Amino acid sequence: MNRFLIILPIIIYLTVMIIIAIYTNKSSKKSKSDSLEEYFIGGRSMGGLVLSMTLIATFTSASSFIGGPGVAYNQGLGWVLLATIQVPTAFLTLGVLGKKFAIVSRRIKAVTVTDYLRVRYKNNFVVIFASISLLVFMTAIMVAQFIGGARLFQAVTGYPYIVGLVIFGITVVIYTTLGGFKAVALTDAIQGIIMVLATICIFGGVVKYGGGLDSIMSKLVSINPDLITPFGVDNFISKPYILSFWLLVGIAVLGLPQTSVRCMGFKDSKSLHNAMIIGTFVVGFLMLGMTLVGVMGKAILPDITVSDLAVPTITMKVMPPVLAGIFIAGPLAAIMSTVDSLIILCSAAIVKDFYMNYSKKKVSSKKLSKMSFYTTAIIGLIVFFISINPPDLIVWINLFAFGGLEAAFLWPTILGLYWKRANATGAIASMVVGVGAFFYFSITKISIAGTQAIVPTVILSLLAFIIGSYIGKKPEQETIDLFWI
Amino acid sequence: MKNNVKNRFKQADKEALITVILYLVFFVWWYVFAYGLGSKPASEYSYILGFPAWFFYSCILGYLIISFLLWFVVKKFFVDIPLDDNELENDKNKDE
Repeated sequence: MNRFLIILPIIIYLTVMIIIAIYTNKSSKKSKSDSLEEYFIGGRSMGGLVLSMTLIATFTSASSFIGGPGVAYNQGLGWVLLATIQVPTAFLTLGVLGKKFAIVSRRIKAVTVTDYLRVRYKNNFVVIFASISLLVFMTAIMVAQFIGGARLFQAVTGYPYIVGLVIFGITVVIYTTLGGFKAVALTDAIQGIIMVLATICIFGGVVKYGGGLDSIMSKLVSINPDLITPFGVDNFISKPYILSFWLLVGIAVLGLPQTSVRCMGFKDSKSLHNAMIIGTFVVGFLMLGMTLVGVMGKAILPDITVSDLAVPTITMKVMPPVLAGIFIAGPLAAIMSTVDSLIILCSAAIVKDFYMNYSKKKVSSKKLSKMSFYTTAIIGLIVFFISINPPDLIVWINLFAFGGLEAAFLWPTILGLYWKRANATGAIASMVVGVGAFFYFSITKISIAGTQAIVPTVILSLLAFIIGSYIGKKPEQETIDLFWI
Repeated sequence: MKNNVKNRFKQADKEALITVILYLVFFVWWYVFAYGLGSKPASEYSYILGFPAWFFYSCILGYLIISFLLWFVVKKFFVDIPLDDNELENDKNKDE
């Protein structure tokens, strides 16, 4: 009976997601705008609330609800300090790419980041390298998210792994395929709200259960005073280590295609302004709230050994079953809202960046719509099937996926927009050096002055970009006009 | 019309610059309070609203202040510019 009470809110919630997709699917068919633009970028119609929520929801993944707070459980407030680094990421991305990216992408009718790179650099290698790294890294991320979600489901409800995977995996695939980007953005918005509610509930629950903040803090000090310092237990969070995160989850996020593509899809300047403000406020709330839950949980249940189980275990302890079900919907929402965005991007990469660019035949827009629909479904199903019995290779690639995407896209995206001299030679050099360096430094674990792999990666790929751009020819005047006048 | 478009990009560049400055402000605030107040032994910490002072200033107050500053800056310096080239021409025609 208890198990059913937990699973009930989840089922209601998943049903709502699918209803939304059916509804957007119907309304999109009536829309006058270009069908590809409609399916892959939602007809550039996102308002401020939806834009901010979809940005947050895409960015907040399983790790924000499970992994991060799990580490915070072991490391204390220092890990919350680290999570705080993500507070300004939303406004940085929107503010820096924001309007210029939006204006240019409308002008060149871009619906994917690769579209933009193609027009800016006019180079096949850039397009193919970008699309392939996008497909490989994103598949790995999606599988990892699915695995995380299914394990969480298993831990909380007691149903087998496969049951959880089928229930929410299939839901994501269905609503993404049916509704396209618009459904993704709308469901993301709802998922964002669910994440906020889940955070409020469990935060309140933990504080109450622990007898107030004062008693929780003094309990932490009695367990280990390191828990309330910025440095973590035994200086686990050293300064070079934490400062690396200003690149990894801060500045370099500007390069993530799943983030930057959202800067193509908003309706007008006002939406952007509002999204910056709402996004920052909400993301800060989620990050601070959830990691603090992890920290405070240590005072309530100090003996959890598997850090990924810290938050689910704490939740079950402090909440009644129905509310626990709602809470579990929080991380599930985070997972689904990350995966749905990636599915649609991968589908766009195949249909738009590969098929439309390199096929000689002219295809009707009706056929393209159909193709997008089936491609989306197939990608979703492939990811689903890989997750049933995930090969080690995928799990391994996932370790490099987030940073790898940043390494490939960061400088070509930003410098293409803000540096007139930027050209294909620079972009190619930067992508190859970036991805190569990230793998090299991650695998060999060679650390420059105590920093993480992302730091030398970003610096080397920047140098490669600059040197390459000066070696290569200046971009044509036509390109400059397109991007600067 | 060209002139007008150019201003649009100039405005976008200016806003991007303001964003970066605000980002740096947050970084400095975060760093100074966390390590300025947090580097001493935990037994010497003072507390505000139940949290250690370094954490309260760096993370909680920092978050609230950056949210407020951002709101202020966006209202004050960010301009509602058209994003579509067509829309721009329409606006221009209306003005004339």
